[in-house]
Amino acid sequence: MADTKNPAGTVPSAGIAFVRGEMAGDEPPPASEVGVIGWVRKNLFSSIPNTILTLLAVYLLWLIIPPLLRFAFFDAVWDTSGLMAEYNLDKPDRRLCTTAAQGGIWPDGWVGACWPYVATYMNQFIYGRYPLEEYWRVDLVYFLFAAGLIPMCIPAVPFKRENVIFMIAIFPVLAFVLLTGGHISLEGFLLPNSIIAPSVTKFIIDYVILTAILCAIAYGIARGSESPPGPSIRGVAVAMGLLLLVLLIFAVPFGLEHVETEVWGGLLVTLVIAITGIVASLPLGILLALGRRSQMPVIRLVSVIFIEFWRGIPLITVLFMSSVMLPLFLPEGVNFDKLLRALIGVALFSAAYMAEVVRGGIQALPKGQYEGAMALGLNYWQMIRLIILPQALKLVIPGIVNSFIALFKDTTLVLIIGLFDFLGMIQSSYTDSTWASPVQSLTGYLFAAVIFWLFCFSMSRYSIFMERRLDTGHR
Amino acid sequence: MKKLMKSVALSVTALGLAVAGAQAATLDDVKAKGFVQCGVSQGLPGFSNPDDKGNWTGLDVDLCRAIAAAVFGDAEKVKYTPLSAKERFTALQSGEVDVLSRNTTWTMSRDTSLGLNFAGVNYYDGQGFMVRSSLDVKSALELSGASICTNTGTTTELNVADYFRANNMEYEVVAFEKADEVVAAYDAGRCDVYTTDQSGLYAQRLKLTNPGEHIVLPEIISKEPLGPVVRQGDDQWFNLVKWTHFAMVNAEEFGVTSGNVDEMMKTENPGIKRLLGTEGTFGEMIGVGNDWAYNIIKQVGNYAETFDRNVGPETPLQISRGVNDLWSKGGLQYAPPVR
Repeated sequence: MADTKNPAGTVPSAGIAFVRGEMAGDEPPPASEVGVIGWVRKNLFSSIPNTILTLLAVYLLWLIIPPLLRFAFFDAVWDTSGLMAEYNLDKPDRRLCTTAAQGGIWPDGWVGACWPYVATYMNQFIYGRYPLEEYWRVDLVYFLFAAGLIPMCIPAVPFKRENVIFMIAIFPVLAFVLLTGGHISLEGFLLPNSIIAPSVTKFIIDYVILTAILCAIAYGIARGSESPPGPSIRGVAVAMGLLLLVLLIFAVPFGLEHVETEVWGGLLVTLVIAITGIVASLPLGILLALGRRSQMPVIRLVSVIFIEFWRGIPLITVLFMSSVMLPLFLPEGVNFDKLLRALIGVALFSAAYMAEVVRGGIQALPKGQYEGAMALGLNYWQMIRLIILPQALKLVIPGIVNSFIALFKDTTLVLIIGLFDFLGMIQSSYTDSTWASPVQSLTGYLFAAVIFWLFCFSMSRYSIFMERRLDTGHR
Repeated sequence: MKKLMKSVALSVTALGLAVAGAQAATLDDVKAKGFVQCGVSQGLPGFSNPDDKGNWTGLDVDLCRAIAAAVFGDAEKVKYTPLSAKERFTALQSGEVDVLSRNTTWTMSRDTSLGLNFAGVNYYDGQGFMVRSSLDVKSALELSGASICTNTGTTTELNVADYFRANNMEYEVVAFEKADEVVAAYDAGRCDVYTTDQSGLYAQRLKLTNPGEHIVLPEIISKEPLGPVVRQGDDQWFNLVKWTHFAMVNAEEFGVTSGNVDEMMKTENPGIKRLLGTEGTFGEMIGVGNDWAYNIIKQVGNYAETFDRNVGPETPLQISRGVNDLWSKGGLQYAPPVR
């Protein structure tokens, strides 16, 4: 017995019966349940309705995808110089993208994207009609923006506080000076010109008077709400001081050529409007949301009126009012910048929406959070800053990003007031008879769709990443 | 209370007068700021259109350049404000632009009720029809029962209604917001006829799949005189814009071109001498230098040159002179003499 060779795991038992000492190893699952086949069976063909839907979807994709790929890639015009040499064309123009019957080089029935046209117009799509020799300024702004934004979006990168200060305080000033050339003339605005001639000095005097008035108002409000007036006056004075500093920087001549906003266009205008709107609407929206939930009747009323007013009118109306009505009300010669008007309109408009999104988050917090904060002895602003907003904002990240994406796409509406955003620039290029062809607008819109989708999709992905990262598992 | 009302009314009147006063001397404003602010379209091929470098070209743009040449002796001293059809008149009224050169149709209501003046006609347009040649239609009068593609909210829609009603014909309108959509619909066969201003028909034909299979019918069913517009009440500026156009037409009539204008300075023809400023002080009469017309012709060209360069048979638009030819050649372009 002792030297009987025992197969592993079997109990020797005189060969009568066989009892396993341990579990048999798992059989591999049937081929129909795992791998690609299993997944397909489980998810696509699990039932008859499911199968029908799958087949239908495949059929629809079959209808859409191959022609799209053919149009955008396989039949598209890519090789400009090669084609020009082959057909003896003196310059790239519509002949590259038209059929023989239309006066071009392709056989009849050809349809494909006209990428040489996009390439020719690429500079305009990105910079608008910004002067060619000043492109470096726009490039530098794009670069600074990317250099500030990317480390801010990656949680692992240190120096977050410095980064935020750069993005919120330094970058806008730099961008303004670089893009416009700076050197706005400050001439004063309050005292009549007969007392002091318009100059930077007069501007500063006027500004100090305005600051004093604002401090007095802050004092009045603070007294009214029975809180110590010191901090609010200090806050107003500091804010106005910083603003004055920024304005004085704008007044310094840096030797950059002045580029008026009429010639800005393309992606530049889209990004300027979208980013200004996004950056301005979030803090404004938070303040409005807090104002709407405030105990103080005046502040609550003002917030409600503001929000309901801006939510009640369409953005197109806002833009029209700013571009068509406003100049008629202003005295002759006072003509403030069209882009600035659009920026203010878009920022106020989106702030109203943002306020309601944020209010949703604030109201979702249980009362205990407030009571707990008060029990800890926090004052109102500490409670809001440390307890309420961090939780409320986290809850409404999808809503906030939703507003951002909507705002980004709404920038295309500025075309109707004569500003050429990215889409407007593409549409404006359709009128160029050098490239006029049946595929011109198809190509342009395809290009616009791809670029817009890239921007919006990356915003959406980043918001999902933030949601996961900030998820503290309340569910 | 009454007193308050009175003082408010007085100050409003004063403000109104101040505004009118400030607007009166556009020429002085233009000279002071050093350029002409010109309202143009957001892109209409051949009339005012930015190219792939962002430079504005076109018949309307050339008029702006000619004004700058007359005022400053430099046709490049122009800044362009692209304006939508809706905001163009406000922009002019509010002083945002000095002159509106934006394929604007001269109509009685616009001329009389908007506080504006039309300073001439630099292109006589008219609404036309395009059809497929396979339909075998030779005249617009054979279009009874046709479906017609057009833009929404423009006079073209109204013109079509007038024309078909006047000729007792049935029709069906298929209207779209953007010109591109109209062309695409017509190209796809959604309708039999495409109608818009004739200059536009030629421009949009380039976007059809088979341009050779379409013809433009001879009928023109509306008058669309397009020209520069200025603010009412500033006769000096009005005269300057008006005579800028006339100088270009007169130059064509005399055969003065940008190529031969230097030789023409030596001519003995009294008409040409007056035009080019070697005789008389006609420039001073409109507040600019006496070589104003010389600068226009040298830097921009005469009317024929700008027409050929922007919309003529050599351009993709391939528009023939037609009614825009000189009066002496059977057209409508007629300029009073410089005398």
